[in-house]
Amino acid sequence: MKKIETELSYFPGCSLATTAKENNSSLKSFLNYFSIQLTEVEDWNCCGSSSAHSINSKLALSLAARNLFLAPYGKPLLVSCPACFIRLGQAQMEMNESKETQKEYERQFERPYNTDIKLLHFFELLVTMRENGFFKNLTGRLNGLKIAPYYGCMLAKPPRMAKGENHYGLIEKTMSSLGCESLQWPFLYTCCGTFLSVSRPKIAENLVNKIIQGAIQSGAECIVTACAMCHLNLEIRCLPENRLPIFHFSELLSLALEGKASKDWFKRHLINPEPLLKKRRLDIYR
Amino acid sequence: MKIIKTGRMDREFIDQVEKMSRSNLSVCWNCMACSGGCIFSEDMDYLPNRIVRMIQFGLKKKVLESSTIWLCVGCNNCAMECPNSLDMGAIMDALRQIALAENAKIAEPEILFFHNAVLDSIFRHGRTHKFEVMMRYKWAKKDMLSDVGLGLKMIPKGKLGFFPSRVKDRKTLRSLFQMKERFHEKN
Repeated sequence: MKKIETELSYFPGCSLATTAKENNSSLKSFLNYFSIQLTEVEDWNCCGSSSAHSINSKLALSLAARNLFLAPYGKPLLVSCPACFIRLGQAQMEMNESKETQKEYERQFERPYNTDIKLLHFFELLVTMRENGFFKNLTGRLNGLKIAPYYGCMLAKPPRMAKGENHYGLIEKTMSSLGCESLQWPFLYTCCGTFLSVSRPKIAENLVNKIIQGAIQSGAECIVTACAMCHLNLEIRCLPENRLPIFHFSELLSLALEGKASKDWFKRHLINPEPLLKKRRLDIYR
Repeated sequence: MKIIKTGRMDREFIDQVEKMSRSNLSVCWNCMACSGGCIFSEDMDYLPNRIVRMIQFGLKKKVLESSTIWLCVGCNNCAMECPNSLDMGAIMDALRQIALAENAKIAEPEILFFHNAVLDSIFRHGRTHKFEVMMRYKWAKKDMLSDVGLGLKMIPKGKLGFFPSRVKDRKTLRSLFQMKERFHEKN
């Protein structure tokens, strides 16, 4: 069993800092309840998102690398956005494979490179918390809420990065132990369309509505995602008949800590989840 | 059925793609697992496995002008399906960048425009500013109306902030845009 580190540095990423503030805030609040403190990386920048690696690989590496240079020594770096995690992870791999690249960036950023920064995926942290029995007293708290667990592409990694542990089934396991009914449905790993929702909205719209329809037909009352991009796309591109509430994983985790969730998070949703929370008697806010 | 006339093998192109993507195209069995795993394949002009075969057959122009390379969002589901762990996402990254370097005709100019708008936002702020990216995109496309309803819903929810979240040390940040890939210098 791994020991829990209670002091982590934290890379929120652009989505959590802006459009998905409720994701950021619920994540922090949830970890804070278990005395896990997050310190945001000072002056972090965008990981490069989908666009940098799409049209300029060097820039993708440079943007991600700057964050690795800013991360403080000695603390694991928690990355909550799955896309940022891959960008930073890939940059770390490239840096660690080449002394030449390390030197190039050491000159650029005028500081030494730390090869040992441990990038911590939110899922990995959650597994360790589970193993350490953090959720023992929370059994059944979520009152039979029927969820469609949605990973999108977050568990898919480039082959070079895919050698480590994977976390298939983590949302189901965690949510079931907290009292949700986790349903079987076809689109768990279907990509949400990411930036195509802006540049080719029709493609994203078809995709999103297929995904949500799948959840509705499986009998789900809501979809649970651990990715802020997926959350946004599902909410903005769904048709009126498919307005199923979408929760950030961290919001539901927080709802299991009775009275610790904030009503403000749910007010930011484009699809109002409050009637559902009321129906399941989960509308206990702080 | 669309029959493609193969070209002369273009070893230089194959080498370039393999080098940039750090992959070995010869491991591809053309088993189509990648295409089966690709949710966007129905919108692409060539299936992902076909792109690999086309590179091998010397059909450089067709590959670089395909919509496939732009519709790929890099979700990596294809790589998870591939029995030989071919990094298709990296191959698509390489192809887009070769297409840009060689001024190929871009099949999906909207997508390229979007990527540039994001990078421009990062250049200006150090972080992506969604409101700005959306507005620039809509303005350039002369399409201010299609998502007005959506925008009006998003703004009061704070989902589209007017003000960007910004990096303080923008000087260092901007210097990163000048750094060049080493294999471009050598070629």
